Amino acid sequence: MPNPILETRNLTKIYGQNIIFKDIDLKVNEGETIVIIGPSGTGKSTLLRCINLLTSNDGGQIFLDGKEITAKGYDEDKPRQRIVNEDKVRQQIGMVFQNFLLFNHLTALDNVLIGLTKVKKMSKEQAKTKAMEELNRVGLVDRADHYPGQLSGGQQQRVAIARALAMDPRVMLFDEPTSALDPELIGEVLGVMAKLARDRMTMLVVTHEMGFAREVADRIVFMEKGSIVEEGSPDDLFYHPKHERTREFLWKITELYGKKEKGKADGK
Amino acid sequence: MSDFFEFFTRFLPDMLKGAGITLLLTAEGLSAGFVLGLLAAYTRVYGSKFWRGLAVGYIELFRGTPLLVQLFIIYYGLPGLGLTLSRELSAFLALGFNSGAYQAEYLRGSILAIGEGQMMAGRAIGMSRFRVIWHIILPQALRLAIPAWSNEPVSLLKSTAVVFLIAVPDLMAKAKSIAAQTYDPIGSYLAVAIVYLAMVYLLDVVLRWLERAARIPGFEMEGRKA
Amino acid sequence: MSNFFSYIVQGTAITVAVTLIALPFGLILGLLMALVHTYGGKILNRLAAAYSLLLRGVPPIVLLFILYFILSGRVINLSPFWAGSLSLGIVSSAYQMEILRGALLAVGGGQMTAARAIGMSRLQSIRYVVLPQALRIAIPPWSNEVSIVLKDSSLVYALGVPEILRRAQQLSATTQEPFLAYGTAALIYFVLVFATNRALDYLSERTKLPTHS
Repeated sequence: MPNPILETRNLTKIYGQNIIFKDIDLKVNEGETIVIIGPSGTGKSTLLRCINLLTSNDGGQIFLDGKEITAKGYDEDKPRQRIVNEDKVRQQIGMVFQNFLLFNHLTALDNVLIGLTKVKKMSKEQAKTKAMEELNRVGLVDRADHYPGQLSGGQQQRVAIARALAMDPRVMLFDEPTSALDPELIGEVLGVMAKLARDRMTMLVVTHEMGFAREVADRIVFMEKGSIVEEGSPDDLFYHPKHERTREFLWKITELYGKKEKGKADGK
Repeated sequence: MSDFFEFFTRFLPDMLKGAGITLLLTAEGLSAGFVLGLLAAYTRVYGSKFWRGLAVGYIELFRGTPLLVQLFIIYYGLPGLGLTLSRELSAFLALGFNSGAYQAEYLRGSILAIGEGQMMAGRAIGMSRFRVIWHIILPQALRLAIPAWSNEPVSLLKSTAVVFLIAVPDLMAKAKSIAAQTYDPIGSYLAVAIVYLAMVYLLDVVLRWLERAARIPGFEMEGRKA
Repeated sequence: MSNFFSYIVQGTAITVAVTLIALPFGLILGLLMALVHTYGGKILNRLAAAYSLLLRGVPPIVLLFILYFILSGRVINLSPFWAGSLSLGIVSSAYQMEILRGALLAVGGGQMTAARAIGMSRLQSIRYVVLPQALRIAIPPWSNEVSIVLKDSSLVYALGVPEILRRAQQLSATTQEPFLAYGTAALIYFVLVFATNRALDYLSERTKLPTHS
């Protein structure tokens, strides 16, 4: 198996007296879709923010394409440059937030464009072509000139996905992308994400949407109280969970979402 | 630095006399302004068209022109119409009318925020319009207004500084006389600036206490109006 | 009579000029301080906070006098007009700093986060994402500050600058009609304040971001 595209080793985050997560070892291979599930407040969101260096970590390492992006310190040959340019790293890791965080003062098109022109320094024409491509990918070409205030939640989130995709990231991180959406709008966003997964985009998704997890994930990771309890294929986790806590959580969550598992042999 | 300290302590008693006048003017202006402001706010919300127009005219006029100009009109202008007032009275009137216009807006905002519902509830139990306003709406409105209204006492304290231009012996006038005595204008005005800072700080402490004392649990209003 | 009129109108030009110098100067300085306060480290933050507290805790006219004597002293020698205008600008910068700080806060940290997530540097995030939104939000309170500076420009009277009020005083002496003279001054100020308020309300409307119809 070639090297994983994204890897964390012993990743730890502490906030005051609380351990948010400890010694997280995660490997994401190219083209995989990994879904992280678990009770709220177990640090799943924080984990994603550490991975794209928006938040600092308190131990452990993160590797992108084999290179350590958590390396601190300065370059030997170029003394004023840090070894890792965090801004550049974030160009390669795309992130989609729970509350979209679209740039309110820009149209949908400009939201997608701005990274291309200001960060990737593309020419305006090239950028526009690419931006329209990405908007097309999420099905919102006809809303290109709308402002976030004029778009529904689902549309805003799709533009946010286009904005992240435009940077041609190696990995896409999704932080509970549908949690802030009205129920009837969830489908359109999950649809876009499923399409991305089919197109072999490497994705790391934190979500409560079990249906999506079961259908689209290559691997599911169950996290609780700051550590990974169990991970495996959807079949393994849903039908043959190894740990009691995994079973309990899945039971509770499928109860909540009203979906009964067919042929669930080991349910309580 | 130690020179300045000496300078400061030497003139402190003198400056405090001036500060006393400043505080007096502030208190007078604030009280007169409160009465006028409350009247104007009440009129704007509950008055007939004619009185509302007058209230708006008053507010727009005194918020739309500089305090200094208002002061000069009262002290220098009115004598032209046959009405000559002392400098103290002129200062009092200018500060009072000016402050009233600003207080009117704060109070109007909070009266409106209390809203229709309270009026309806009061009348539903048989109270007259006036009673509802007096017993139900105003007590709430006044409390609610305090955070935003607290801007006004501090603002007024600072505004009083211009009255030295019609020779009222306030703190600023003291600064001028000290400067004339010592030929050190920068030092004099700096010393006075420090005294003003101290007064503003004390006033702030008092206002924050007031805010806490008047709070109605569970019922707060956002924000400071500019 | 027309002499009277033109004399005071020239004063209007001076008043407007003082305001038009003080405001942008205050804006740039205030913006700088607001950014320093919000994005600087702990020390810079405290310094900026002190700047704001000191300049807002003292009456503008006191600051005007202090700065005037400094700016027209031996080191720098500015005319009363320039000393007064720049001093007003410095005073205003502290209030504008607070307005802009509030606006930056209102934009929210999420916008900065999202900008950094697509690889923008801190500077780029502030320049292309946070600031454009903050400036829009700041327009209503800022219009209020414009009125205040316009009215405070009357304080340069005390420095001898021949603006509206000083001229009204001279006219009142020559014509022996003090009420007319000062009344006219008040009227001119009123019209100026009214007009700028209207203009800024219009600006506020025009720069609003579209929402659901």
